[in-house]
This record gives sequence, C-alpha cells and structure tokens, in this order.
Amino acid sequence: MAKARTRDRVARTVLHVVLGLGLLAMVGPFLWMLLSSFKSEGEIREVPPTWWPRDFGLTNYTELFDRLAFPTYFTNSVVVAGSVTLGNLVLCSAAGYALAKLRFPGRGALLGLVLGTVMVPGMVTFVPLFVLVSKLGLTNTFAGLILPFVVGAFGVFFMRQFILSIPDELIESARIDGAGEVRIFWRIILPLCRPALATLGILTFLGSWNNFLWPLVIATTEDKYTLPVALALYSVGQNETDYGLLLAGSVVVVVPVLIVFVLLQRHFVRGIATTGLK
Amino acid sequence: MTARPQDAALRRGRRGARLRRAVVGWGFVSPFTLLFAVFMAGPVLVSLAMSFTDLRSADVRDPLGVNFVGLDQYAKVFGDPLFLKASGNTAFFVLFGVPLTMTAGLAVALGLSSGLTRFRTLFRVGYYLPVVTSIVAVSVVWRFLLQPETGLVNSLLALVGVDGPNWLADPDLSLPSLVVMATWRNLGFQMVVFLAGLQAIPQNLYEAARLDGAGAWQQFRHVTLPMLRPTMLFVAVITSIGYLQFFEEAYVMTQGGPLNSTLSVSYHIYKQFGFGNYSYASAMSYVLFVAIVALSLLWFRLLKRKEQ
Repeated sequence: MAKARTRDRVARTVLHVVLGLGLLAMVGPFLWMLLSSFKSEGEIREVPPTWWPRDFGLTNYTELFDRLAFPTYFTNSVVVAGSVTLGNLVLCSAAGYALAKLRFPGRGALLGLVLGTVMVPGMVTFVPLFVLVSKLGLTNTFAGLILPFVVGAFGVFFMRQFILSIPDELIESARIDGAGEVRIFWRIILPLCRPALATLGILTFLGSWNNFLWPLVIATTEDKYTLPVALALYSVGQNETDYGLLLAGSVVVVVPVLIVFVLLQRHFVRGIATTGLK
Repeated sequence: MTARPQDAALRRGRRGARLRRAVVGWGFVSPFTLLFAVFMAGPVLVSLAMSFTDLRSADVRDPLGVNFVGLDQYAKVFGDPLFLKASGNTAFFVLFGVPLTMTAGLAVALGLSSGLTRFRTLFRVGYYLPVVTSIVAVSVVWRFLLQPETGLVNSLLALVGVDGPNWLADPDLSLPSLVVMATWRNLGFQMVVFLAGLQAIPQNLYEAARLDGAGAWQQFRHVTLPMLRPTMLFVAVITSIGYLQFFEEAYVMTQGGPLNSTLSVSYHIYKQFGFGNYSYASAMSYVLFVAIVALSLLWFRLLKRKEQ
C-alpha cells in the first residue's frame, strides 16, 4: 500500500516535470519575445543572449508609432477581422438555421455544395478571386479585403450542426403561437445558439486577424496593410537589421490575441472539442 | 374519380404552403448563397476552367487572346523541376510533420488526462497558446531563436557543450527546422481534440481491462488506441490538409531557400501567380487539391473503424 503510494508520487512528480518542461518550450518563445522587445538593439544582439532586459526601454514601441504606421495597421486589422466576424455570425447562422430546420426546394443541393468545398485549398480560388476583385476595382480597398471571407463553408456547417440539436417542438409551438419565421430565428434560435456563436466568433476573428496571403496581395499601399502583412514585409525587407522593432511588432500582433484567448479559453476549448467529435 | 371543389382548394393551399416555404427558406439562405457563389463556388469552377487555358495576367484585360490548351498546363506541371522539388519538400513536411504533431499532441493529452496532474487549465492554455497566434509573428520570433550566433536555441545547446548549426541556412536542416516549428505551433490543437476524445471513452472499459490483469501499456494499446480511432481520423485529416498547404513559415523564415530546400507547393503557386502565370498556377492548385483529397481518403481507409 505504502509502496504503491510512493510509486504514485514518483510518477506524479516525473509527469509534472516533463509537462512543465514542455510548457516552458511552448511559452518560452513568447516570454523571450515580450522581454526582448524592451531591450536595446545592442542587447538583443549580445552573445550569449540575455533573458531579463538590463534596462527596460520603450524605444522599440515608440519607433513602431513614429517610423512605421502601426496604429493604422492595427485599426485595419480590427476593421477587417471585425467585419468578417460579424458577417459570418449573421449570414452563417441564418443559412445554418434554414439548412437545419426549414424544408425548401434546393436545400439538399445547397448543403452538398457547401460541404463539397470544405476540403478545397485556398490556393485553388486564389487566382480567380484576385482577378475578380481587380475587375470589380476592389484591389486595395477594405471591401476587397473583407468580402471574400464574409461567409464560409465551415461557419454554415458548424451552425447547422449546432441548430440541429435544438428540438423541433420549440419551433413548432412558436409557430402555433403565430410567430413569424424571422421572429422565431431572432427570438428563439439565436439566443439558444449563444455558445456556438461565441465559438464561431472567436475562431473567425482569429482566422481573419492572422490571415496573411490574401491581404498580402490585395493591400498594395501602407494605409491598407493589416498587421501580419506589415510585419512580414518589414521582416523580409531590407530593414532586417532592426531587430527590436520586429520583436515589438510581433508583440503588437500576438498579445491582443493572447489576452482574448486566455479570457475566453473555456469557450474555445469546448468549441474545438465539439467540432472535433462531430 | 371526380374532382371536388374542395380538392382544388386543398391543392391550391398546398401549393401556396410550398411556395411560402420556398420563399422563407431562400430568404434565409440567399445572402449567404449569393456571396458563397460569387467568392467561393464560382472561383473554384473558374480556376478549373482556367487551368485548361493559357491565360496570363496580361490577358485579363483582353480575354480574346486566351486559348484552350487542353492538358498542356498539367503536362507542364509534372515536367517542372521546381514543382517536383516543391512536391518533395511538401511531402517531407507532411510525412514527418503529421505523425510528429499527432504523437506530441496525444502524449500531452494522455499526461493531462491521467488524473495525476494539477494545474490542468494552466497546462492546457499554455500548450494551446501557439495555435492562436499569427504564423507570421511566430515565424519572426523563431527566426531569432534559431539564429546561429545570438539565437536562444544554440545558446542553450552551448550550455551542454554542443556547437549548434546554422539551422535555417543549411539546406539539409532548413526543412526539418520548419517541421519542428510547425509541430510546436500545432500540437495544442491536437491535444485539445485528443483530450475530448479521451474523455468520451467509458471508464468501465478500463475497469474491465484492469480486472483482466491489463497493465498501463496494455490498457493504452487495447482500450485507448482503438477507442480513439475516430478522433485520430479527424486529427490526421485536418492536420494533413493544413500541412499540405504550408506557406507562411517558409515565406517569412527562409523565403523558400536555401537552394529551394523549403519551397512548398503553395509557395511555388504563389510565385507563379506573381510572375503572372495565372493558368499555370491554377493547374498546380488543382494538383494540390487532388493530393489533399487523395491523402484524406487514404486516412479514411487506414483509420476507419473496422466494421465486423
């Protein structure tokens, strides 16, 4: 008995040490990024590298604002990701509701079409989309950045799966009480969908915030750059020497997302897990 | 049978109800459908059509100069040494990246669900962090960490007396370095899905196995693994689809180099698009699409629950 308990304690300790080392490897790069963004250019290049900055300086951050238009990139990212998220939430939940609960001609075909495109890689639509957006004159506009992502196959499928689990009787009894379809959707379905909407909202926002390839080709002048585009172009450009600026830029891209994630991680993890099990 | 006036009214009523249902249904789906048709379904078809022509960027203004060339673009794809190089690199990325990421994700999930751990939320959040962050930002940071002289990785190696190589500048190490970074970035997703899968396994199966004298390894081998099959299938398919399209890591960290050792298929398509070779890029993207479908089907065959 005592022996078993000792063995348990040893196993527990070993497990915690291993998982803790792993955690350090996962979080370490972020800590290093955050700490180094406060270092001077000279200290970043020091051999061996330091962990804790010798003196905290905000130079890298003020440079982001003075020399680069980071507030503009930040605003652009918020506008684009916010619009894409709002569009997905409204349009995908409406379509998901109809595909789950309403009978109408063409429903099966539409569902098949949506599911058929889930596996299509982004590169397939890339060239025609670019041609389309240029023909519409939307290159280097917010519309050009937002419209191609304002609905998605995943969003509809996800909302449909969730709405399928809402009992039909709720909808039927509302209909008998004389509620119209829009009212049913707005007053009954959407409030019940809150957890699914939270998950879809977070996933869509993150996807759009981190999206890179499309804004890279559509945003052609600085005033339309999103954060990842600005960071990537700056990092592969000639200015490679300015390490501190790059790290501070990375912090600006990553930290808002990390805060949102840590605050909402419950929704997140549950949402990922349920999509995984379906 | 003689038609009664009531029947006609009933039929009219039924037709009215059907019409009403159609109007309501399409009312809900039409905004989505319109946008989806224009920005997703349409481009998928146009891309396919494009791949059978010789469309280049200059032809967009004057579409009359475009010719139908049959399968010429596809023939060109498979004769293009850079495409073959990129396919090899992508295959390497998938072949090593997918099993590595799945093993790491499953290992962490097993550790966290063993019932022995405290701070489970802390661990879960920490391991998941890289998944939610921008690949561009993460790649920037990793480029620093992997620097030969001042990088943290080589400094840590120096502590134990190892002379770390120049990870990203060595054509033999650049791609494996990207694989390890991708594993680091993605294993949190695998962990979360595996955790959910592990929770869904009924505890009494383990009790029964223990009564039969099964040790920890045997329980894992004969209860956990078989019960995780559907979860593994899902994870394998999603991870493969993602890894087959890898692009940002190579773009930011190595620009496809050195000596094209990190040029991926997506990166090659992007470059050809940049050169204005639109139909050639479309043809390559369809080859990539076929590879994605083929690999997904392969996973289905390998991991499908064995029925009887």
